[in-house]
Amino acid sequence: MVQQIVFIILALVIALCSVLAVTSKRVIRAATYLLFVLLATSGLFLMLNYHFLFAVQVMVYAGGIMVLFIMAIFLTHQPGKRVATKSSWKVTSSALLAVAGLVLCGVIIVRNLSCAFRVVTEHEISMHTIGQALLGTEKYQFLLPFEAISLLLLACIIGAIMIARKDRGVKEIEKVENEETENSETWEKSL
Amino acid sequence: MGEIIVNTAGAIPLTAYLIVGLIMFFAGIYGFFARKNLIMILISVELVLNAVDINFAAFNRYLFPDQMEGMFYALFVIAIAACETAVAIAIIINVYRKFGNTEVDNIQQMKE
Amino acid sequence: MEYTLLILLLPMLSFLGIGLMGRKLSHRAAGITGTLVLTVVTLLSYLTALDYFTTQKVNGAWQAIQPYNITWLNVGERLHIDLGILLDPISVMMLVVISTVSFMVHIYSLGYMKGEKGFQRYYSFLSLFTFSMMGLVLSTNIFQMYIFWELVGVSSYLLIGFYYTKPEAVAASKKAFIVTRFADLFFLIGILLLSFFTQTFDFEAIMGGDGSILSSALGTTFLGASALTWAMALIFIGAAGKSAMFPLHIWLPDAMEGPTPVSALIHAATMVVAGVFLVARLFPIYIGFTPEVLQGIAYVGAFTALFSAIIAVVQTDIKRVLAFSTISQIGFMMVALGVSTSMKLTPEDHGGLGYMASMFHLFTHAMFKSLLFLGAGSIIHAIHSNDMKDMGGLRKHMPITHVTFLIACLAIAGIPPLSGFVSKDEIVTAAYQFSTGMGIWMTVTAGFTAFYMFRLYFRIFWGKEYRGEVKPKESPRSMTYPLIFLALITLLGGFIPFGQFVTADGVPYTIQLNSTVAIISVVVALVGIGLATLLYRKEEKRASWLPSRSSGLYKAAYNRFYIDEAYLFVTKKIIFNNISRPLAWFDRHVIDGAMNGLAWITNRASDAIKGFQSGSLQWYAWVFLLGTLLITLFAILL
Repeated sequence: MVQQIVFIILALVIALCSVLAVTSKRVIRAATYLLFVLLATSGLFLMLNYHFLFAVQVMVYAGGIMVLFIMAIFLTHQPGKRVATKSSWKVTSSALLAVAGLVLCGVIIVRNLSCAFRVVTEHEISMHTIGQALLGTEKYQFLLPFEAISLLLLACIIGAIMIARKDRGVKEIEKVENEETENSETWEKSL
Repeated sequence: MGEIIVNTAGAIPLTAYLIVGLIMFFAGIYGFFARKNLIMILISVELVLNAVDINFAAFNRYLFPDQMEGMFYALFVIAIAACETAVAIAIIINVYRKFGNTEVDNIQQMKE
Repeated sequence: MEYTLLILLLPMLSFLGIGLMGRKLSHRAAGITGTLVLTVVTLLSYLTALDYFTTQKVNGAWQAIQPYNITWLNVGERLHIDLGILLDPISVMMLVVISTVSFMVHIYSLGYMKGEKGFQRYYSFLSLFTFSMMGLVLSTNIFQMYIFWELVGVSSYLLIGFYYTKPEAVAASKKAFIVTRFADLFFLIGILLLSFFTQTFDFEAIMGGDGSILSSALGTTFLGASALTWAMALIFIGAAGKSAMFPLHIWLPDAMEGPTPVSALIHAATMVVAGVFLVARLFPIYIGFTPEVLQGIAYVGAFTALFSAIIAVVQTDIKRVLAFSTISQIGFMMVALGVSTSMKLTPEDHGGLGYMASMFHLFTHAMFKSLLFLGAGSIIHAIHSNDMKDMGGLRKHMPITHVTFLIACLAIAGIPPLSGFVSKDEIVTAAYQFSTGMGIWMTVTAGFTAFYMFRLYFRIFWGKEYRGEVKPKESPRSMTYPLIFLALITLLGGFIPFGQFVTADGVPYTIQLNSTVAIISVVVALVGIGLATLLYRKEEKRASWLPSRSSGLYKAAYNRFYIDEAYLFVTKKIIFNNISRPLAWFDRHVIDGAMNGLAWITNRASDAIKGFQSGSLQWYAWVFLLGTLLITLFAILL
């Protein structure tokens, strides 16, 4: 019973906050609603007994990504400023399409999964097992994706730095190295 | 596959998880279509990814409780989402430097 | 004889050099470069001739030599197009003619064209012409000949239209190009027909064997004549176009719009005799397998000779007179080829006399006709007019031009012992051997020749005193020296033992004058000259005697028997109106319309759908999702 109540609360939070997140006029509010959605999602993971997933969700999403978002918002927006919206027919058509999709998929789900399933073995997966699976090379073990993801992360870090750094091509870097002192202000202006 | 128990009191049906994920997914879709701001679009994409995570986890737990693939995929999606966000935000900041705002419709110069 | 390649390469390099450097060169530098190159080429040509005619004869006959022959294009297993150099008596003779006249013209133009705009262009075109003409005569196969044949056509076109700001010159160059090109179409068909049956382009392969290679062409008949007859007749049409035989002669008088030295080089001495050269080159086939075509050539030549001689009598533009005279003289050469009956030329058998006479006349005619043209150029240069009416009494003002012109006139009229007498006499002798009628016809033509040449001579140098605005004076030395040189050749050319060098079968022959024919010719020539003296020597009153006596004929001849008008009628009225116009309408409205319609539809369609390609990712995703949903819905409902 308690479980059901908690689930209903989480489900309501998710539904409400996702809709608010995409309709909010202010970006910072949208980001906050997103944070709520992410936290509630982590709650769902907890209810499904995926404790590790819960921890990752909270740390990476709610902790890491949200910080990035908020930083970006502060860098690119004046606080409190409303963002422009699209022309109304685009908004309406998108809304109609989204609702239509929602209804269609909902119908499919409800029709095909009318019977309820319950978890038979509700045990927690131990960290030991997860670690074994992540770094093993057997069947159902994930060393290769793990390494691929780690490489991807590295590439992203480098890429993000390259993109976000001030716009200097190779030539300009050489130039700057040559006349290091004088030009920093000019660059600011040119950007 | 787990044993099927119909209408057990106190249990949450799989459908419920799926519906929650569905709402989140289409909210994300709507945001992706309707918003102009790049950050808003990114937020929408995060919502879509997150909805997928819920589905992975729920299906794994309900249909194949003895295995862990769904959970791992959710894990990887989270990692990839983190990467994607980092790069996207770098791009957004760059765009903002170039154009002074972050509206998609204004970024037309790269077409030519 | 490997250096013969230089004869081709040097003029080409000079063409490229002068042509590409263009205005960066000074007039002087361009002229001197061209002339120096030509000097070398001329020396090389003489050396070639010397070398060639001092090599050993095989079985008493001159042999053809091929210093070069490379396969240029492979067309199938057996058919290939070669590029090479073929030396035999006629090509060596042509080398000497072309280089001599071209060299003289190069020197002459230094004076004549002095200060003209486009002087460098002029010299580069002269080099191009020399190159292509040399290539034409040195060709080892008929296809290579065709290539150079077209090249001389192009250079002729370029040089006639040299004064491209003058509408008449532009029209004349177009006319020359189109008429000769039209004839070349038949030439090409003839070449293809011939090579289709013989499977080769090579002259030696076609003519060298016992004729078995031609048997398949002889065996196939079409419209009552063998394929070989058709091929040779078509090739002759090409030759007739280049050599201005009736009725394709109309371009040559108009070609006189070009600079006079060009007329001397291209339209008197070298290019126009390319047709004669072509017939001579293929002579073994004509004589051995299609004598009926050869007879046709004789009749066409005879008609053209008299026809244009009559026109020449009444023309007043001195260059036109010379142009019609050229047509007439080429007619003589064609007749000479046509009346030949065999390859042999011995004191017992005169079958090949015509061939030798034709080549000899080609040689002498090139010399005295270019002399006449250069003399006319000298006169035009002095008084800036082409028309006889403006001339008269110039002999005191221009002594050198006068004397050299007189020598050329005597030569063409056939007064012994000048070169023209000997060669023309051989032609007339050959014509008498063919048939008495042909002999008389040619004798009459020769009389006309003497008459119109001396009419020209007297009206230029005698008669009323010159009273023009420009004070005439003798031309500069660069112009008179070539005149003197050519006059010397004209004077002495008759003494060349031509038969020792060029005969149909390569066996030397000693020319013997037929005294009866010679006496008749001389008498007829003297009558012609006497008549001209009587009419034009002193007063111009008598000059109007001819027009008043035979006004209808005179008018018709003056208007060149309305051949040009007939052409215009056929092309403009009939072809343009009934064929070209409907075709043009069809092209403009139906074909262009269809194309434009397609373009319009495409334009409209892309206009209508270009919004889809907005580049907006959101829009793409929207459509994508819509599609996905529709497909899902469709799947569920089914």
